[in-house]
Amino acid sequence: MSENTKLIQGRTGPWEIVLGLEVHAQVASNAKLFSGAAVGFGAGPNEQVSLVDAAMPGMLPVINRHCVEQAVKTGLGLKAQINLKSRFDRKNYFYPDLPQGYQISQFKDPIVGEGEVIVERDDGSTFTVRIERLHLEQDAGKSLHDQDPNATYVDLNRAGTALMEIVSRPDMRSSEEAAAYVKKLRTILVYLGTCDGDMEKGNLRADVNVSVCRPGDYEKYRATNDFSHLGTRCEIKNVNSFRFIQQAIEYEARRQIEILEDGGKIDQETRLFDTVKGETRSMRSKEEAHDYRYFPDPDLLPLELDPAWIKRIEAALPELPDAKKARFQSQYGLSAYDAGVLISEQARADFYEAAAKGRDAKLVANWVTNDLAAKLTAGGIGIENSPIFPAAVAELVQLIEEGVISSKIAKDVFERMWLGEGSASEIVEKQGLKQVSDTGALEKIIDELIAANPGQASAVKEKPQAIGWFVGQVMKATQGKANPGAVNELLKAKLGL
Amino acid sequence: MSDLTSLTLKAALDGMAAKSFSAVELTQAHVEAVEAAKALNAFSFPTPDKALEMARASDERRAKGQTGRLEGAPLGIKDLFATEGVQSAAASKILATFRPPYESTVTANLWRDGAVMLGKLNMDEFAMGSSNETSAYGPVVNPWRAEGGNAKLTPGGSSGGSASAVAAELCLGATATDTGGSIRQPAAFTGTVGIKPTYGRCSRWGVVAFASSLDQAGPMARTVEDSAILLTSMCGHDPKDSTSLPVETPDFASFVGKSVKGLRVGIPREYRVDGMPPEIEKLWEQGIAWLKEAGCEIVDVSLPHTKYALPAYYIIAPAEASSNLARYDGMRYGLRVEGQNLTDTYEKTRAEGFGNEVKRRILIGTYVLSAGYYDAYYLKALKVRRRIADDFDQAFEKVDALLTPTAPSAAFALGDKSDDPVAMYLNDIFTVTVNLAGLPGMSVPAGLDANGLPLGLQLIGRALDEGTLFSLGGAIEKAADFKAKPKKWW
Repeated sequence: MSENTKLIQGRTGPWEIVLGLEVHAQVASNAKLFSGAAVGFGAGPNEQVSLVDAAMPGMLPVINRHCVEQAVKTGLGLKAQINLKSRFDRKNYFYPDLPQGYQISQFKDPIVGEGEVIVERDDGSTFTVRIERLHLEQDAGKSLHDQDPNATYVDLNRAGTALMEIVSRPDMRSSEEAAAYVKKLRTILVYLGTCDGDMEKGNLRADVNVSVCRPGDYEKYRATNDFSHLGTRCEIKNVNSFRFIQQAIEYEARRQIEILEDGGKIDQETRLFDTVKGETRSMRSKEEAHDYRYFPDPDLLPLELDPAWIKRIEAALPELPDAKKARFQSQYGLSAYDAGVLISEQARADFYEAAAKGRDAKLVANWVTNDLAAKLTAGGIGIENSPIFPAAVAELVQLIEEGVISSKIAKDVFERMWLGEGSASEIVEKQGLKQVSDTGALEKIIDELIAANPGQASAVKEKPQAIGWFVGQVMKATQGKANPGAVNELLKAKLGL
Repeated sequence: MSDLTSLTLKAALDGMAAKSFSAVELTQAHVEAVEAAKALNAFSFPTPDKALEMARASDERRAKGQTGRLEGAPLGIKDLFATEGVQSAAASKILATFRPPYESTVTANLWRDGAVMLGKLNMDEFAMGSSNETSAYGPVVNPWRAEGGNAKLTPGGSSGGSASAVAAELCLGATATDTGGSIRQPAAFTGTVGIKPTYGRCSRWGVVAFASSLDQAGPMARTVEDSAILLTSMCGHDPKDSTSLPVETPDFASFVGKSVKGLRVGIPREYRVDGMPPEIEKLWEQGIAWLKEAGCEIVDVSLPHTKYALPAYYIIAPAEASSNLARYDGMRYGLRVEGQNLTDTYEKTRAEGFGNEVKRRILIGTYVLSAGYYDAYYLKALKVRRRIADDFDQAFEKVDALLTPTAPSAAFALGDKSDDPVAMYLNDIFTVTVNLAGLPGMSVPAGLDANGLPLGLQLIGRALDEGTLFSLGGAIEKAADFKAKPKKWW
């Protein structure tokens, strides 16, 4: 049992969860995978449908090179094998939102082979998820069951849109790890610009494979690669938020453990997560599973990639999250945790670097990850749309660095900046918040304080930590503008500490 | 105006160029011929108004000095090609009402070159058949009859309408498609010339798919030269078809009449099948003698995997068809029969929309792709396909082309084999290998059998070497001096 595995106590002893994910990421592309029709969110029903998408007789697919490039890029970002020759297959089944009667996918020979993702846990420790493969495939259309009591409507706008299916090995051991993996994957995709990662629009969604086993079994599987050491898995289809992924896993693991502890057997099946009830329910059993009759799509030639082209893509890759994190730690002296928070979104990392230029990098990191992040989150605003620009944060930090304002005053300045009252210097000027470091003025206040409170002054000699009371009083008298360092020094001298 | 309909395409083009007659006159003559030939059932959807309109436009272009390669030539179009705004049903009930808002690349190429559309030609449903009896419009009748007989004969299939219309002089030429012999066998049965070019020469865009890896369009005409002129227009790289070859199209007509001296022609011994009628055997020998006389070197070759070709074909073609035809589900276009629920609607629509042969092939195809059968059938068939292609590669190291009979018999009577699918499939025994290997194949009329019915010889070439086939086909045509025509009874 690894130390990061979360044990679930059952009536008959402890259990462990084993999780593998199939993440469907919509390829960031202006056009569909095989038809050239536009891709976009918010178009009217069936406004983005070409003759190919509608599977009109005699229509043929033609591969969109940009989508291929995006898949290769993603593969490189996952440190994965890029297959120079891959193939498209047809996955055959009938459904009204699947106009061709088959989905063009890659079954046997995917474009990307094995890779890995390094994932951070909340405590800053990391684990590795092995990637089995990434393949390109078409999305289906959308069936609308709620428009009419007696009919289902079909919107084919999404039909034919390019998806990357990224299949992991069963390397996650808790719902938190699964969510962390999806988060990390999402970060990588957004960095690469190959998927916008928008889970609300369904542009990133996961099928979650859940099984449970007894402590020790997973290690046996890893040692032998023999899946029989693991429990029977159920696949929960199409979960589209981090929260739902965790809820679905927790529910499903409990369900499986209960069945097993009652002496039952897990049926391998496909399940749906009911987001309202927070439970999973059976969609179809293994016996009911479709026979998809995969075979190579004769309308498409095998996809052959030029190694020189892949090299060019590789050379043009942006700095990826792991590399950026390492650089932030070494270049800015940040902790692994702060660096991790900053790089988790490309926009946040960019914001940070713009603000940190020439400033106290750790201080800037604190402002970006704490105060600014809190405001943005509360306002539901992405950092790329932050009303406070990097230069403004830099200015605020500079005032702190130069001792013009204290950190405490800075908080107030920041509040006012958020309300749009101006730049940090303007606010400090206008509100007269400049820190009082003038020893003369401070000495006067301190002398008066000691004179007025002789009891306290003598008590502090016995109990040095009581100096805090005097600091507080000085701050009060200066409306917080006193330089705390200077106050402390003066007090110690005057009180004879 | 029967004079005008009996012209070759070349002669008609020359006649219009010489202003001997106009495109409208030529088209009018053909429109009348089509109208008078309903008994043949060759045209499933004649478009006389469109034809005359296109002919008038052609005459106007000619008056302005703008003439295309096929300027003013009235042609028939197999119903498998999508023609914009004109019923394109693939001879199936399931598409009976379908009028595509687009034009297939091949037909668009023909109109680009000035051709005129007389209408849509009958065919086997979804091009599945060898006798034209699976059509939702009923069978096409061969204009040829056995001497002293009245029995209605098949024009072959699946391009039976194309073959019958060309042979009966209802059009100067026609488009056709060939998945396992659907151009060449009907050509042989009707005394016409048909060529299936190399896979990828003609775009499949806008052609209703039967078996995508085998389907290829080609022309049918009354002379080798006419077929060359038509094919030159039909071909060309099309970025909308991923399997379209990015190659230049030569002027195929320039190969007709070229000397064949010194060409090595292979005779594959495996094509001497049991039960082949002696007349076919004799015709083959005659073809060999003609080519020898013309200066060819005749070489015995072996294509050892030939006997596996037909079974492999009848696995691969239905497998692809079962998937290609899944889109006809009653949801977006074509026939829809409402049922109690979705599955019921699918079942009723497809049960009513598809004919028996199409259903048979969908079932075969679904079966051979199913889990547990895939390896034994489909995968095995793909391996056979590879071997067959290798056989041809090896043969073409020694020879420039191959000569075989086109079909194992002359045209048979309608109804003769319609109850026996296997007997029907055997019609394709000499032609399917060519599709499996993606090679060009041509059928040239070479003589008549004892009943006065036409017989054809097949020439098979290297990939993209249609030129040699046109030269050899021209040599056979010249030597055979095939002048026979069906006696008009319709």
